[in-house]
This record gives sequence, C-alpha cells and structure tokens, in this order.
Amino acid sequence: MQYMLLICGDESAAAHANDGCGGWTEEMLRRGVVRGGGGLRPPAEATTVRVRDDEVLLSDGPFAETKEQVGGFCLIECADLDEAIEIAAKHPAAGYGTIEIRPLWTP
Amino acid sequence: MTPDVDAAVTQAFRDHWGQVVATLIRVTGDWDLAEECAQDAFAQAVRRWARDGVPRRPAAWLTTTARNRAVDRLRREAVGAAKLREVAAMTYEPEPGDDGDVPDERLRLMFTCCHPALAMDSQVALTLRTLAGLTTTEIARALLVGEPAMSKRLTRAKRKIRHAGIPYRVPPAHLLPERTPAVLAVLYLLFNEGYSATSGADLVRRNLSAEAIRLARVLARLMPDEPEAVGLLALMLLHDARRDARLDEAGELVTLDAQDRLRWDTAEIAEGAELLDGALRRGRPGTYQVQAAIAACHATAADADDTDWAQIAALYGELARLVPSPVVALNRAVAVGMADGPAAGLALVEVIEASGELAGYHLLPATRADLLRRLDRHVEARDAYREALRSAPTDTERRFLRRRLAEIAAPS
Repeated sequence: MQYMLLICGDESAAAHANDGCGGWTEEMLRRGVVRGGGGLRPPAEATTVRVRDDEVLLSDGPFAETKEQVGGFCLIECADLDEAIEIAAKHPAAGYGTIEIRPLWTP
Repeated sequence: MTPDVDAAVTQAFRDHWGQVVATLIRVTGDWDLAEECAQDAFAQAVRRWARDGVPRRPAAWLTTTARNRAVDRLRREAVGAAKLREVAAMTYEPEPGDDGDVPDERLRLMFTCCHPALAMDSQVALTLRTLAGLTTTEIARALLVGEPAMSKRLTRAKRKIRHAGIPYRVPPAHLLPERTPAVLAVLYLLFNEGYSATSGADLVRRNLSAEAIRLARVLARLMPDEPEAVGLLALMLLHDARRDARLDEAGELVTLDAQDRLRWDTAEIAEGAELLDGALRRGRPGTYQVQAAIAACHATAADADDTDWAQIAALYGELARLVPSPVVALNRAVAVGMADGPAAGLALVEVIEASGELAGYHLLPATRADLLRRLDRHVEARDAYREALRSAPTDTERRFLRRRLAEIAAPS
C-alpha cells in the first residue's frame, strides 16, 4: 500500500530545519519503501490559488492558518498501516512535531 | 421451533458467532459481507435444524453454510475470480486446540477491532458488533448513543480498516506488549458499561458484562502467557459475583460492608480467586491483577469486619506505584483509614487535598467527612458532608450522604 506521510510541526519545528533526518532516509531507501518526498519552505512563503467564476484568486500564505503546518512530506510504499506507523515513528520529526499518515486513494 | 432447537441456536450464537464472522473476514476480507453471511447462516440454522435436527458439529455447519452463502454472493457480484476461488476452496478447520502457532480467528478479530488507529469508542462498538454479535440497535442503546450515530461510527470504522490498511492479524510479538492493553481496556470498558449501570434491570446492559466475561475467557485461554489477561478475567468474575447484592429491592446502591454476602456467587468467587493465584504466580503483576487481588480480599472475607484492610492498603500502594493517580491515592487513604485508624487515613486525604488534583471530586470531601465522623470531629464532618453533597453526581449518592449527615446532625 502507498501512504503519504505529512510531516507537521509548529513554529518551533523551524529550529530543526537543518537537523536532517538522522539516517532515516538512508534506512528507508535501503528498505526500498521511499517513493519520494521532501522538505517544504515555511508557510509564510506559500501562495494559495483558487479559481472562482473563471477568475484566478491568489492569497498570500497557506490554505489554512493553523498552529501546526505541513513542513515536509514523504511517499512510502509498505505492507500495511502497522508498517507505516513503524516507519513514521522512526522519523526524527515525530519527536518534536506530528506525522499524519494518509493512505493514498487506490482505484 | 421446538425449545431444544431454540436453545441450540441460541447457544451456537453465543459460542460461535465471533468465530464464524472472523473466519469469513479472513477469507473474504469484507467485513460487511462476513457479517451478512454469518447472519444468513444462523437464520438458516433456525429452519434447517428444526427439520433435520441439530448437527453434531454446529460450528462446522455454520461456517460451511456461511461460506457457501459468501460464494453465492461473490459469484453474483462477479468479483475477482481469485478471491472467489479462495473462498470456495475454504474448508472448515476445527479449533486449533493447544497449537500455539495457529492464532484463534477471534483473537485476530479482537486485535483488529482494538487497533490503536481506531478511536476508543469505535473499538468498543466494533468489538460488540463483530465478536459479540450485538445489533446496531442494541449497541446504541447500551452505549447511550443514537442509532444513526452508532451506525455511522461502525461504517466509518470498517471503512478505515479497509482503506487505511489496518492488518487483520494478531500483531507480531514485538507489538504485543503495546497492543494487548488496548484489548484488555476495551473488554474492561464493556464489562463496566454493563456493571455500573444505574438501571439494574436493563437486560442489554447486563448482557454487556456477560459478553465481556465471555470474551475475556477466550482471550485468557488464547493468551495463557499474559497474566494480565487472566487477571482481567479474575477481576471481572470477582466483581460480577457481587452483582446481585449491590442493589436492594428499591434499586438503591448497597455499600460493600452492608451487602448480604449470602447473595454473592461463591462459584464465581472461587473461580476468580483461583485464576488470580495462577496469574500472580507468574511474577508479573499488573493493574488488573492488583485490582483483582483487592476484589479478592473483599470477596473472600467472611464479613465486613473480617476484611484484611492492611493487605488492601498495601495493594493500593502497589496500584499507586503502577498507575500514579489521585483516585487510587484516595482509595488507598480509605484502606489505610480502615487498617491503621481514621487519623492515619485523614493524614493521607489531607495530602491529596493539598495537591488540588481532585478539586470538585465529591468522593474527596465524602471520604474526609467519613474519617472525621469516626474521629468524633462532628462539626468538621458536617461541613465536609455538605461539601460532598454539593458535587455528588447521582441521586443515589446524594441520598446516602444525606443519611450520613442526618446521623451526625442528630444531637447525641
């Protein structure tokens, strides 16, 4: 199954921006579970797009202003939710932020 | 239908419902289909057993019938040929017996229903639905939730299991220590839902306790190396043994010391105490075993005066070490008050009060009031009873507190 790991944190997460993933990425690449991913620049640098009545509407900032924001993502492929939980729990960001595991829509 | 067949179907439902559903879920992977086919099999049993007699192996008959029904359904729905072949090839396998390598289907189902990725209330509802065979209406009534809301909750939980890839299995050994407590907690919650009910005559709620005990028996048999599973079963039996004595004819709560011990179920007490001994011998005490040990102290005392309060106080000390909680500390204070006298108990109550952790919890002033009353400090006791009365949540408890207040308010 494929899952998206949404790596979230509040402002204090910025302090960890240059921590790296402490070997997590290497281990997951070795296990062959990683399908892609990356870190995101802060929400303040986001632009949100909507089209209403053929008009492109832009706003400065993230889609939703919440305390916790997505700071990175990772697409993984693994057997089931238990394995996805194990993978997410090993991610260093789980120690200071939160990781949302979302299964991908399958046809 | 003859009464014999009626009783046989009822018995088969209680004994085999969970097994039939669990087996069908394993081979079809479809929770709704599994439940519907199991329902169908039991409906057929009612008709066919009346005509042909009760089969020698009801579980095998029911599983095979449910399987055939699933094959029909899958064929009609023209699903993947591979799944159809798999279901069609399925044969009934008898209970694995002592073979520890083959997990019981119901154990697999229990762990899946209680997966920590599901909300606790969903875990409870799903366990009742799939393992105990309660209808949505019954679960809604028992858990005091509206039926549409309950139906939605069950649908959502089943959908999440399928789409989020919650595995249908007993978790591997390294996950067991973290997963087993959830299963135990759900079973204990079921039991308490049926035990602490304010309306004692409500059969649905009473059934919850019976189902919890039945499932705990299954769990204890399937996880003999888990002393907490056995401890939980012992705890439930020791509480259940006192069920009939807890309410008087008017439906009023009868406190432990005033209960008619002749109405306690001695067989349940004996079984609970024996199970507990076996669990404790393994030398890995946990919260359920310690609570069961406390319940056993009460249940095996000849009368209220014979209660081994020193032992109970020590056990609460152990429980406080395992789960540091102010409520446990308060219970310990009560036990110490009985073992070493009210002054010793009061000293502990004052420590809890100073911490402020139980502010607004009526049992705190109620306990203090009782200890002060026993110390003949009636003026302070009266104030404490009044404070407890202001925050007591039920009529039954308020009536009890008023009776006590009246006793010491009367000039002596």
